[in-house]
Parts: sequence; structure tokens; C-alpha cells
Amino acid sequence: MAWEAVIGLELHVQLLTESKIFSGASTAYGAEPNAQACPVDLGLPGVLPVLNHEAVAMAIKFGLAIGAEINKNSIFDRKNYFYPDLPKGYQISQFETPVVGNGEIVLHMEDGSERKVGITRAHLEEDAGKSVHDLFPGQTGIDLNRTGTPLLEVVSEPDMRTPQEASTYFRQLHALVRYLKICDGNLAEGSMRCDANVSVRKHGDPEYGERTEIKNINSFRFVERALEYEIDRQIDVLEAGGSIERETRLYDEERDETRPMRGKEFSEDYRYFPDPDLLPLELSDELIERVAATLPELPDVRRARYEEELGLSDYDAGLLSSDFDVAEYFEAVLAICNNAKLSANWVMGELSAHLNRHDIGIEASPVEPARLGALIERLEDDTLSSKTAKTLFEAMWTDTRGVDELIESLGLKQMSDSGELDAIVEKILADNPDQLAQLRDGKSKLLGFFVGQVMQATQGKANPKQVNEIIRAKL
Amino acid sequence: MHLSIEKHERMVSFAAFAGVDALHVTDDINIPHLATLSRLHLDTAALARARTDLANIIEMVDAMQAVPTDGVEPMAHPLDATQRLRADAVTEQVDVARNQAPAPETSDGYYLVPRVVE
Repeated sequence: MAWEAVIGLELHVQLLTESKIFSGASTAYGAEPNAQACPVDLGLPGVLPVLNHEAVAMAIKFGLAIGAEINKNSIFDRKNYFYPDLPKGYQISQFETPVVGNGEIVLHMEDGSERKVGITRAHLEEDAGKSVHDLFPGQTGIDLNRTGTPLLEVVSEPDMRTPQEASTYFRQLHALVRYLKICDGNLAEGSMRCDANVSVRKHGDPEYGERTEIKNINSFRFVERALEYEIDRQIDVLEAGGSIERETRLYDEERDETRPMRGKEFSEDYRYFPDPDLLPLELSDELIERVAATLPELPDVRRARYEEELGLSDYDAGLLSSDFDVAEYFEAVLAICNNAKLSANWVMGELSAHLNRHDIGIEASPVEPARLGALIERLEDDTLSSKTAKTLFEAMWTDTRGVDELIESLGLKQMSDSGELDAIVEKILADNPDQLAQLRDGKSKLLGFFVGQVMQATQGKANPKQVNEIIRAKL
Repeated sequence: MHLSIEKHERMVSFAAFAGVDALHVTDDINIPHLATLSRLHLDTAALARARTDLANIIEMVDAMQAVPTDGVEPMAHPLDATQRLRADAVTEQVDVARNQAPAPETSDGYYLVPRVVE
């Protein structure tokens, strides 16, 4: 009988606040070591934490976006453990009453199928510092800049069954938190980190098997690979008559394997208890409503609208709606030119390619939506051919002039004077008597040759459809 | 209070492990062993004091255990007040040198500790 994997993910999402969750120190990435660790972050005697309003608002925003219950009363707990990058000796977290309760996310799988994954909870907590093991011989360096950075820990139900579903979940939540602008989503800087819980069982078995937890995975690809390895390992152990031990494992990207990280003697007893330094957090209806008012049209709603109202394909709609800035840009282009399909093609084609090549975000694009919309209009009214439109776009990247002005100054206007075109066609037919004879003999492939010659002679400014007609008329 | 009960339960299980029937018989609790587990170096006088203190604590926990708590919601905080939130603004100027002055060892802005192997 076949084996089935059961997977649940915990995602740590760094919230995009200016200051820390319990102190007024900056959260900016990349500062000198410890230059952003204030006495509260250092856990010096006598300091008291004060909760950041924005971190709470972002947690609520996330909760509303996944249709979750928002707990109007929640408390902060101390999670006690001993490690040098945790100077207080405890992490302030939420244990029994998280801010965000049960919610749900719909996975859009590559094959077009959908799958619902429950989200058990999302709670606020503070991040720990960083340990550097390779800078000082025989010693570990501690940088506490990250200490106190607000995190939203999002815990899923064990609803996923394949590594692909897990990576899709990670990808979609990554897109969602960026869309909501509550996290910058920078995986390389650790803005989102993933722990994966996985067990295997025989198909149809109602009981879960013993699980292991793979810690700190920071890429979509690695989540998939780590899970594939771990699932195979567990099946091998069980088929050889062994048993799985509940343990924390580490994924080694270079060797593509998971290894035990913490043994049983480290059995985690975090001794959670309510933090006496923090009063219970009460959320007013007014605050929740205020946050709800800032919620943009959600990706799934947008996606459905693009398909149903604009007639875009599922693929196009999915791609355009998954990023807030891309969707806004697309809609601004559409507002000018009123052609959804062309707007989608240009945003995802030429524009995306240029943005990637220059490594800039769409919000910083030198070609603004208004000008791209105007370009598409000129394409539609046959002022531009698809070839000259690309030449124009290239020019617009470095030239801020308006579309019509650029068409004029670069001489990109498509030739519509049929007399002028007629003369060019006449000349090309005369210059290539052999090919003309073959064309007349029924070798219709040569029609393309002549159209190509005319396009070349006019530097792409002729309308190929018109050229086609003129040649046919002359045969 | 929640915590005290938990500690009490642990002591009960410790007592059970040690084959002791009643907890107030602190003579049967191995204080030197507890001291070792707690990484405390206690001399004879301190051991005797610890024995008395522990007996008093257990007595107090027993008294608290007698309080009827059925239907009482666990309390997160004794003050009848709720959390005030601060605006999200950077207000701290960090003086690294001053913060690191009491640290045993620092280098290049890092706090140094004995090597921690992952």
C-alpha cells in the first residue's frame, strides 16, 4: 500500500514596521552590528516593553485577508529558553490566545486544480538576534539588531499532502503578505522563514504518524527538496521496520539532506506564562474596522474579476493579480487603452522583461502606465506595427517624452500612404525576378519573402497586412 | 498561581519518583540532589535553610490548593487595565559603546561568547 505524507507549515513573517515590536529602535536591515539594539532589546534591567500599534494593525490585516477570526482579547506570554542571541532569556510571544484565529487559504496548483488549506492561527512575537559562528575563531559573535523585530507566525493545519502543495502554500502566502504590504518578502534577508512539520502514513490511515520538524528553510525550492528528502527518509525507516522519532531537523542545501539538530535531551519545555510586563491586548471594533477599510481588493477576488469581466486567461489573471503593484499598474494601463488582452501582454511581456533586466520594481518603472496605455492605443489604431511599438518602448525606457512626440521624432509612424508603398513593392518585385516567377508558379511560401523585403526596405514602418494585399493584387 | 500549582505538581511527581508519600516530609526530599540539578553550591547551613524554605513553600502551596477555583477564569494580569499601544516611530538613538561597556567581551560591534555549535 502506498504512503501518504502529511505536511503543515509554520511561516515566520517579518512585519514591515519602522520600529521594533516593543521598542522604538529601528528595524532597518543591514546596519552595523548592534547599532539598532536599544536597552529594551538588550533586556537591560528596568526596561519595559510597549507594544507597536502598527504591528497589531498588520496582524489584523492579515487575519482579515484570510477570512480568520480576530481575537478581540489576546495576551502575550514569555517563551523561556536559553541561547546567547536571546538576551532576556525569553521571547515575548503569544501562546494560548493569538491575535488571529482560524482562517483559510485556497491554493492554486500548477495543474489548475485548487486545494483549501486551513490556517490554525497567526500570532505576534519578537524575533531573536543573530549568532555569527565563522567570524571569530573559537567564539560566537552576537548581533542583536534583529532582536525585537516584529514577527507574525502563521501556523497551518496539517492539510498538505505533497511537497508541491507545501511550496505553493509558501509561495502564495509570500505573495499575499507582500500584496498586503505587511512584509517585504525578501527571502535572502530572512524576511520570511519556514519550518515544515512532516509525517507519513499508509493511505487511508486515519491516524497521523510521528512527525519531524525541519527548521529555518528560506526558499520555495528548498522547502520542496527538504520535504522530498525527509518523506523518503521516513518511509525508508518505517519500511525497514524502524520508527520515527519526534525531533527537530536541519536542511543542508549543499548536501540536499536533512539532519537531526536537537536531540531528545533538549526536550522543549518553554515554560510559557503570561508576561507580567504586558497588559492584555484588547482590540476595539473601531480599530478592526479602521484596518478593514485599508484592505485592498484581495488577489483571489481580483483574479476572478480579471477572468470574468476582462476575459483574461486563468494564467494571465493569476499572474497579474498576485502582486499588488503589478495589478495596479495593469489597471492603470487598461484605463487608458481599454484593451485588457494587449495591456496584459505588454505588462507581462516587454515591461516585465525590461524590469527584470534592469532589476527594478514595477513601481519604479521609467515607462509609466499612462505612456504604456498610449503606446497600446497607437498600436491599435495602426500608427505602430508590433515591431515599431517595441522600438518605441525601448526608446521610452530612457526618454521621458510623450508617445506621439517620440513616434514623430523617431519616425516610427507606420506607412499608410498606399501610393508610396505601391512603388516600393513594385521595385522589390522587379529586383527579384526569380522569386517572383516561383511565387507566380504557386510557391506561396515566397509571399513571406517579399513581405519581409518590403518591411526591411521601410524599416518596419509598413503595415504587413497592407503589404500582403498589395503584392497579391499585383500577381 | 497557575505556576505555583504546576511547580507543586512537579514536586509531587518528584516525590513519587523518590518514593515519598507525603510532600511535607521534606526530610525525604533529596535537597543536595535538587541543588545539583539547580546548579547551586550550598554549604551545610544553606542546605538546612533550603530545607526549611522548601517546607514552608510546600505548606503554602498546599494551602493554596485548598482554595476552590472551579469556574474561575485564569487571570492573565492582576490589573484591571488593557494594553496601550505606541505609534510606530523610531525614537531610540543607540549608543553601542555605552551599551557594550558592561559586556565581558566585544569585537567589531559584536558581543562575543564562547563558541556555540549549532
